[in-house]
Amino acid sequence: MTHEPFHRTHDDMLSERPAPLATVGVLGWMRANLFSSLANTALTILAIYLLWISVPPFLQWAIFDGQLYGEDRFSCTGDGACWAWLDQRIGQFLYGFYPSEETWRIDLALVLLFPALAPWLMENVPGKRYMRWFSVAYPFIATFLLVGGFGLTEVSTDDLGGFSLNLVVGLSGIVLSLPVGILLALGRQSRLPLIRWFSVIFIEVVRGVPLITLLFVSNIILPIFLPADVALNSVVRVIVMITAFASAYMAEVIRGGLQAIPKGQYEAAQAMGLGYWQSMRLIILPQALKISIPGIVNTFIGLFKDTTLVIVIGLFDILGIARAMVSNPDWLGLSSETYVFVSLFFFVVCYAMSRYSMSLERKLDTDQR
Amino acid sequence: MPQTTRTNDDWFQFRRILTDERSRGIVIQVLVVLAIVAFIAFITRNTLINLERSGLTTGFGFLADPAFFDINQPLIEYNSQSSFARALLVGLLNTLLVSILGIIGATILGFIAGVLRLSKNWLISRLVTAYVEFTRNVPVLLQILFWWALLTGLPKVRDSVSIADTAFLNNRGLRVPGPITEPGFMWVLIALAIGIAAAVVIARWARKRQDLTGQTFPSGLTGLGLIVAFPVLVHLALGQPLDWEIPERTRFNFRGGINITPELIALWLALTTYTGAFISEIVRAGILSVSRGQSEAAFALGLRPNLTMRKIILPQALRVIIPPLTSQYLNLTKNSSLAIVIGFQDLVSIGGSILNQSGHSLEIVAIWMAIYLSLSLATSAYMNWYNKRIALVER
Repeated sequence: MTHEPFHRTHDDMLSERPAPLATVGVLGWMRANLFSSLANTALTILAIYLLWISVPPFLQWAIFDGQLYGEDRFSCTGDGACWAWLDQRIGQFLYGFYPSEETWRIDLALVLLFPALAPWLMENVPGKRYMRWFSVAYPFIATFLLVGGFGLTEVSTDDLGGFSLNLVVGLSGIVLSLPVGILLALGRQSRLPLIRWFSVIFIEVVRGVPLITLLFVSNIILPIFLPADVALNSVVRVIVMITAFASAYMAEVIRGGLQAIPKGQYEAAQAMGLGYWQSMRLIILPQALKISIPGIVNTFIGLFKDTTLVIVIGLFDILGIARAMVSNPDWLGLSSETYVFVSLFFFVVCYAMSRYSMSLERKLDTDQR
Repeated sequence: MPQTTRTNDDWFQFRRILTDERSRGIVIQVLVVLAIVAFIAFITRNTLINLERSGLTTGFGFLADPAFFDINQPLIEYNSQSSFARALLVGLLNTLLVSILGIIGATILGFIAGVLRLSKNWLISRLVTAYVEFTRNVPVLLQILFWWALLTGLPKVRDSVSIADTAFLNNRGLRVPGPITEPGFMWVLIALAIGIAAAVVIARWARKRQDLTGQTFPSGLTGLGLIVAFPVLVHLALGQPLDWEIPERTRFNFRGGINITPELIALWLALTTYTGAFISEIVRAGILSVSRGQSEAAFALGLRPNLTMRKIILPQALRVIIPPLTSQYLNLTKNSSLAIVIGFQDLVSIGGSILNQSGHSLEIVAIWMAIYLSLSLATSAYMNWYNKRIALVER
């Protein structure tokens, strides 16, 4: 019996055919990501419409119609943004009222900041050991550069302003609030009731009130609390208050990390004969701080943004300078331009911090997967 | 006993106090208490000296004195002859007003943005990400000032932007129709209360019945009908006791209606968009924390995506969302104190005016702290209770 070939099959392998046009390439991507359903298509159209009515006009205003040079706002004649103030006022935005022939000191302090931070932020730094000693010395070097003395012209801290004031207050707060926060978090976990109560009361009171009231305290109440002949520098007072504020938040973040450490770790440290401080330093804190990194960096970002609040007690940070400028008759009403400009500074710094924390999180994520 | 042994003994005793955990704890605590007491004594002494020198008196008696300053659009009756205490109350109400409005706005915005950010639509999720990242990384104070500058830069009253001829936007704010109530309106409110109560009862009954028999009941729709339709019917039956007064253009201003100041709008917008960005991150993390097996199991049971979100994902995500959400609400309330930079008269701003006028700085700061602390303690107490109620019951 002859084998009747089955008509619907092939004897040979069919050659591969390309995937349908609508599922590959740009078209396929668009179909999957933009037009997968009716609702999605509607959302896409809405998004395109929103972009269309916002982005081109903004670019037109800020860049194509923008005017870069001029004496004052009256020399800006076009419809677009008036950036003429940048040319004349950029120094104030960056350095405040710092004497212009001395601003190199602020620049130098900023440049030196990078080698001071490098051994803590990066892994492969040559001569890490010596670099760390430099980091320890950096706050003193920076203070010396900013304030002067010992051969440098002395500059009053009242002249500090602009973005450098934000950086000074922000960085000091960041550096000081971490150790204070750690101590408060440990205090809150302590077995000694008085230490615990003290920490709890401090943390809850500080977290419960707005920073602005604490700044008022530093400005109005502190002079009443201190002997008449002690006059604290206003920048120092702000740093103290912002540190106190941030360290209460920091303490809560770190407490979360401490609570996430299994009890066995504490017990194992004790079993090895480590004392309290040793077990904290060698066993518990390294693990707890690692889990708390996202929260810690978020607190840092919050602290840095909060440095703008110094304007309520009469210091001129970058926002204070901007606000003063837009009420100056020469530049009246240029608020959109200045506020857009100032927001870029904060966005760059804070966004960089959050990106760094994300990459660190991925790197430190040593859990088995 | 020879002399040397005794000193050795003393030394040993002393060292034992320091090395024994319990006695060392007591020593440390005593030292801390001494330090705190010394600190308090130090500042009390200084305060007394400083107050005496500047001739200031302390005490809260000054709160009964007339304030002599005006407040723009107080929520309760107030004039410049009213007392400092009443001025503070006006400020507190303003703080509460903007906080509650902000919390409502930020919650809605945050939930929408959080869900949209997880959308499969590339363009939408990128747009929302851009909004979240930009708003989160720029100081809220700057955003408040920005919105305020934008709103006060609007056209003058003469050239108001009209919104369907019922509301008008200009550099003095937004003028919206104001309600006029007639005596019968009370009954509409009573109807509303009855509707809400009935809806709650029906929802409970429906849930219990579903637990027992598995039969569902459209309690959501019924509730909506009871809460909305019932009061509307009463309103119509009583001959519409609530009327809206549409603002009317006069030569220089508007007559009638309510004017919402640019300060309030700017503060509300800034707090809503700023906190909304944080809430969207919390919502996103909450939704992502629900394991994928949950939604797969729901799909396997035949639930549609919409229902899966509502009945499976969100209830579980809420457990993760609620605690950080609470602290965002508190942050929003505290951030509302930044109102002072644009002159919105909240608790801190009015407190500042009183402080400048009366010089009672210690008392004002104490009042601020007491009020903000009790607000935050009350909120966290409520949220702890809520959190406990919805917490996962494990074996």
